Amino acid sequence: MSEFILPNLGDGVAQGDVLKVLVKVGDTLAVDQSVLELETDKATIEVPSDVAGKVTAINVKAGDKVKPGQSVLTLEGASGGNGASGAKAAKTEAPKQEAPKQEAPKAAAAQAPEEPDAPVEPVAPAERPKASVTNIATGRPAPPAPAPVPPPAAVSHVTSAPAAPSVRRLAREIGVDVSQVPGTGPGGRITQDDVKEFAKRVMNSLGGNGQAAAASGAGRAVGVGPALPDFAKWGEIERKPMTGIRRKTAEHLSHAWNAIPHVTQFDKADITALEQVRKKYRAEVEKAGGNLTVTAIAAKVIASALKVFPQFNASVDQAGESIVYKKYVNVGIAVDTENGLLVPVLRNVDQKNLIQLSVEINQLAEKAKARKLSLDEMSGGSMSISNLGGIGGTAFTPIVNWPEVAILGISRGGFEPVWNGKEFEPRQMLPLSLSYDHRLIDGADAIRFLRWVAEALENPFALTLRG
Amino acid sequence: MSAHVAVIGAGPGGYAAAFYAADLGMKVTLIDNEKNPGGVCLYRGCIPSKALLHVAKLLEESKHAKEWGIEFGDAKVDIDKLRDFKNRVVEKLTSGTGQVSKFRKVNYIQGWASLIDPKTIKVKKGDATEEIVTVDYMILALGSLPTKIPSLSINSPRVLDSTGALDLPEIPKSMLVIGGGYIGLELGSVYAALGTKVSVVEMTPGLLPGADRDLVKFLAQRVEKTFEKVMVSTKVTSMKASDRDVTVNFEGEGAPKQAVYDYVLVSIGRRPNAKIDGLDRTKVKVNDKGFIETDGQRRTAEPTIFAIGDVAGEPMLAHKASHEARVAIEAIEGQKAEFAPAAIPAVVFTDPEIAWAGLTEAEAEKQGLKVEVAKFPWPASGRAIAIDRVDGMTKLIIDPETERILGVGIAGSGAGELIAEGVVAIEMGATASDLKLSIHPHPTLTETLMEAAEVFFGQATHVYKPKKKS
Repeated sequence: MSEFILPNLGDGVAQGDVLKVLVKVGDTLAVDQSVLELETDKATIEVPSDVAGKVTAINVKAGDKVKPGQSVLTLEGASGGNGASGAKAAKTEAPKQEAPKQEAPKAAAAQAPEEPDAPVEPVAPAERPKASVTNIATGRPAPPAPAPVPPPAAVSHVTSAPAAPSVRRLAREIGVDVSQVPGTGPGGRITQDDVKEFAKRVMNSLGGNGQAAAASGAGRAVGVGPALPDFAKWGEIERKPMTGIRRKTAEHLSHAWNAIPHVTQFDKADITALEQVRKKYRAEVEKAGGNLTVTAIAAKVIASALKVFPQFNASVDQAGESIVYKKYVNVGIAVDTENGLLVPVLRNVDQKNLIQLSVEINQLAEKAKARKLSLDEMSGGSMSISNLGGIGGTAFTPIVNWPEVAILGISRGGFEPVWNGKEFEPRQMLPLSLSYDHRLIDGADAIRFLRWVAEALENPFALTLRG
Repeated sequence: MSAHVAVIGAGPGGYAAAFYAADLGMKVTLIDNEKNPGGVCLYRGCIPSKALLHVAKLLEESKHAKEWGIEFGDAKVDIDKLRDFKNRVVEKLTSGTGQVSKFRKVNYIQGWASLIDPKTIKVKKGDATEEIVTVDYMILALGSLPTKIPSLSINSPRVLDSTGALDLPEIPKSMLVIGGGYIGLELGSVYAALGTKVSVVEMTPGLLPGADRDLVKFLAQRVEKTFEKVMVSTKVTSMKASDRDVTVNFEGEGAPKQAVYDYVLVSIGRRPNAKIDGLDRTKVKVNDKGFIETDGQRRTAEPTIFAIGDVAGEPMLAHKASHEARVAIEAIEGQKAEFAPAAIPAVVFTDPEIAWAGLTEAEAEKQGLKVEVAKFPWPASGRAIAIDRVDGMTKLIIDPETERILGVGIAGSGAGELIAEGVVAIEMGATASDLKLSIHPHPTLTETLMEAAEVFFGQATHVYKPKKKS
């Protein structure tokens, strides 16, 4: 008997919700075959097996919260895999993320019956795109060399976090889940300093890697406000748990809103000329597999603007009393999906032409809609763009995608009468909103930046000239 | 204005809650039908039984002394005086809690409480008067009662429950203890030491169901000698009491079909006492096992009512109740307290004692957890040899990965005192090295904990057992 243990899911990912179990009892599992569909904080990932063998029991079901180190499958006749190293990876990389008692593997028999909510479909590895899964799950492609049959994988479990009662109390009081705190003491024991350090880290970096247990203000857990009234008093209600994406969005935007003193600056760009150029080249871009959209052009314009205004390609390290300037130019594009807001990041936008960017935006948007984006593809942005023009609106005040310091909002463009000195002329105008972090960016700089962007859009040649 | 908290039930959970609330400046009313705070534990449980077990141990040791060259002759027991001693112990402690309650300005009401609504209590007092108490919060510390099953519930002075047995009606010639759990074995040991021929009958295949077999072994060996008969895997099918004795019919291998005893002690467990009039006028929920349902803060489904102790869930132990009491009071004060112990110690005060805390070997196996077990046999302890009590063992359940101590089990003389060190080790997340590297006083039985940790590393001074290479 062997087990498939949930490996490390990537930096800072402590747990995931099982969306689907992709194998069933009796299946013969191959190495690399997808076992689970997991929803983590922002990405839905498929977890491939690193062991092979016949599945004798499934120890998780759809809806379960799972953590690295937890047993997912029990296998018989395991061979040709690298279960040992997979299990080890999970153990060594995530020693503090072991399943608490109540989530310990349950009796196989109790888990075996089919869950009506969890359609079980065995899927051969080749049939499903495995975008980024291998990377996330094991941090490396599964090594092809067969390893000896691993001994029965038994993860070391503990009944509670190794922390003294006083330390557990401290964690509880400041709203930190002590089981998430990495212990620095012998045997992974968690000290008071570990808890404080963890809380500090979470407060400083409640971005890609932060845990929900952030503390803010006077030791209050994020999101805990005054008690809600009893809504049912006024009529029928329905309560639904937040999805992982919604939860993360709520936490992330609350933090961004609290951490950043926001100011929003509005302007309009005359894109009459740009629209003509865009129509002219659209077919060529389409042939390459992209759409020459205003968003794509805006991304390119932003990339150039970031080089001219480096303080927009920066982050504020308040604790370190310093400003981090980035030498790379990555632009995040907000994508509206059925499941919520996602912001994939275009890399090295300054080094790519518009055709390349258009194609890439298409690919990322597809991935976002199919929930196949990896965490990596959603982090590391310099600045973000949120284009709501396709839906409508005259202006809005986007929230800066912390730890970035600015975001460009685009609303619906349209023809307006513009005075050209002699008469009103119909011009196609695009409303722009720039929200920025006033700690780092002064108002004058903000309007200079936005004017620069608007002028670049008004006269595409300016990009080549000044960008 | 400070909150007014009423605690119903003044056992070790209830009075701990009341006193702590008073210390935090709350206005406190404590209601119980006894004269003083104490509950079953002080009046009819832990404390009186320990007084009697202390005497039993002395009697056993005086017999044992023969082997050391000391003879006292046969002990003469004055049962009335012994009963007095036990009653004095109870009186001393309960009058003490009564005084401490007064010092703290707790409003102690002797009487029977019922609920009018979630914030109003009616107390019926001994003189038939009634008092209405209106509060902000309520703590239900209603305790538990001996389990009764109809076939064994005979209304006869010859059939006792633990309360009746503690009253020491006389020293019977023979007694049958129904139920091989800790209450039956403790009280059975007392009567055996006093000279009663005690037999015990247990339905499951072993004494102390649920406890670690390695540890129970020592007690079973002892009981084989001091008890008349131990019948396991045996059921009592019926009982008939007369003025002079009780006739009992059995069903089980090795048990007689029928036997006659002077007395029968029924000790088949305890059940939560969630029956209080007016509970249905609150949102408090009682589960199918009879326990009041609570959250991690011991708050019931009625937000201003908390439940602690035996009535709030297993294990039904006084020290669990006292700890829950503090959690509930802190929750009322608005602190983020939670009942989340890493270990709740359990002690069986027989001779030898059995004690454990944290994860047990059986539980680890059930959960499929990989653990390593380090055992230190007491024949290797200098102190155990010196007191001629080598019938013991100290074992540690250790996480092989982190070397953290997850569980401790001890059988032997004084195990109940020794286990406290195990609790601290588990709560502090101590590793086997921590126990090994802490200097323990010589020659004491506490060294067995240190040496058990040394056994884990294959380096125990007094045990030669090289560590297996894994």
